Amino acid sequence: MSMYFTKEHEWVKVAGNVGTIGISDHAAHELGDITFVELPKIGTVVTQFGVLGSIESVKAASDIYSPLSGKVLKVNESLETAPEVVNESAEDAAWMAQIEIADEVELKNLMTQEQYYDYLKTL
Amino acid sequence: MEEQLQATPICSRHRALNALMAPFGGWDMPIQYEGIIAEHNWCRTKASLFDICHMGEFIFEGDFDDAGLEDIFTFSVKSIPLGRSRYGFILNEQGGIIDDLIIFRIAVDKVMIVVNAATAPKDFAAIKGRLHGGVFTDITAATGKLDLQGPLSRDVMVALFGEEVATIPYFKFITMNILGVEAIVSRTGYTGELGYEIFIPAEKVCELWDLLLTDERVKPAGLGARDVLRLEVGYSLYGSDIDEETTPLEAGLECFVNFDKAFIGKEALLRLKEQGVARKKIAFEVTGRRSPRHHYDICSTGKVVGNVTSGVFSPILGRGVGIGFVKPELTTIGTPLTISHERVSMEATVCELPFFKDGSVRN
Repeated sequence: MSMYFTKEHEWVKVAGNVGTIGISDHAAHELGDITFVELPKIGTVVTQFGVLGSIESVKAASDIYSPLSGKVLKVNESLETAPEVVNESAEDAAWMAQIEIADEVELKNLMTQEQYYDYLKTL
Repeated sequence: MEEQLQATPICSRHRALNALMAPFGGWDMPIQYEGIIAEHNWCRTKASLFDICHMGEFIFEGDFDDAGLEDIFTFSVKSIPLGRSRYGFILNEQGGIIDDLIIFRIAVDKVMIVVNAATAPKDFAAIKGRLHGGVFTDITAATGKLDLQGPLSRDVMVALFGEEVATIPYFKFITMNILGVEAIVSRTGYTGELGYEIFIPAEKVCELWDLLLTDERVKPAGLGARDVLRLEVGYSLYGSDIDEETTPLEAGLECFVNFDKAFIGKEALLRLKEQGVARKKIAFEVTGRRSPRHHYDICSTGKVVGNVTSGVFSPILGRGVGIGFVKPELTTIGTPLTISHERVSMEATVCELPFFKDGSVRN
């Protein structure tokens, strides 16, 4: 399974035509204690870099953007009652949504894991 | 232009603890160490140590009446008993709040005035400009201030400094020897928990910081946790909830204004009392975990009727809470409101203060 990142610090893991989306460890650390996660509704059609949901910490509120276009298949409802999981496991247990990928060509607009880590060094 | 930040004497300790630092009131201050919620929880259950060296301290010595000190604040200075402190305001001619402050009655003819960091220079100028006698000194740079707050803070203080501390009631203070120097230990704070504010010469404050942290019941807490703690008990934050455009009448703080004495801003407040205020402070709780935030709109039946001045997710209540200002007719407890900002919208209900009622502050 390959993992790709956006400049806004979302990740997507691609398995076949399904993309699993979350925010990066770096983003979770920057936000601090996460207190709220707004998830999309199942069936919502999102576009690449369009708003997928939002996340709030004690310090800040920010939108979550979808790394790829597609239709939302599943959401991680456990985050609604336990948003602190984002701080504990942003790039694994705290996945936010799964989408049916509309167009794999869009992957070229994303960074690989290695490129993302290089990108973080420039911030 | 880059802001020239001041550093407190504890700054190197914050960096060694890997604190997240940020500018606050012109000072480079620790926002968090291990995390805002963990630090908040520690303060509500144990004892937390805050570096508050950024706040301003002034000393006035002289005859309060002759020098005009008695007519400057919204409360009587000469009626504060020795060894007690009082909270109130210095107002402008329009009744707007120049600052909220605490005055400590140290001697018959001597007080310490403790003010907010960001406003300290303008406070000093305003007080000095209204005085016509006595000796008025800014001792901020020479003074270190640490707050120890939390239900176990008395036990910690007694263990380190002796039984004398155990007898200090709320809003009283004693002068005592700590680390070989004279320090003021006051039963006041900004968290809603039992706690102390310690004023000690700046050159000793690092040593005191280290000493307090030797007790395993004590952990450092940053300004992030401090803001959550104060908001849960409904304390106003100068610059957010109150400012020079806001009067104590609008801010629900009339109980700290004594109309039986003279003070600058009194005529404006009396006029406002007669006319009625155009907006009033409310406290509100939101449904769910979203945080209301400073500057979000407060709406009623689709129209903007005010704005949020402070808001946060309350870790202890598990929901968002906030303070804001609305038209007086919308201030009744139970009034439904909507908090909105861009794509965000949350249902809220006007409620009573404090949000969190079980603090140990008066224990």
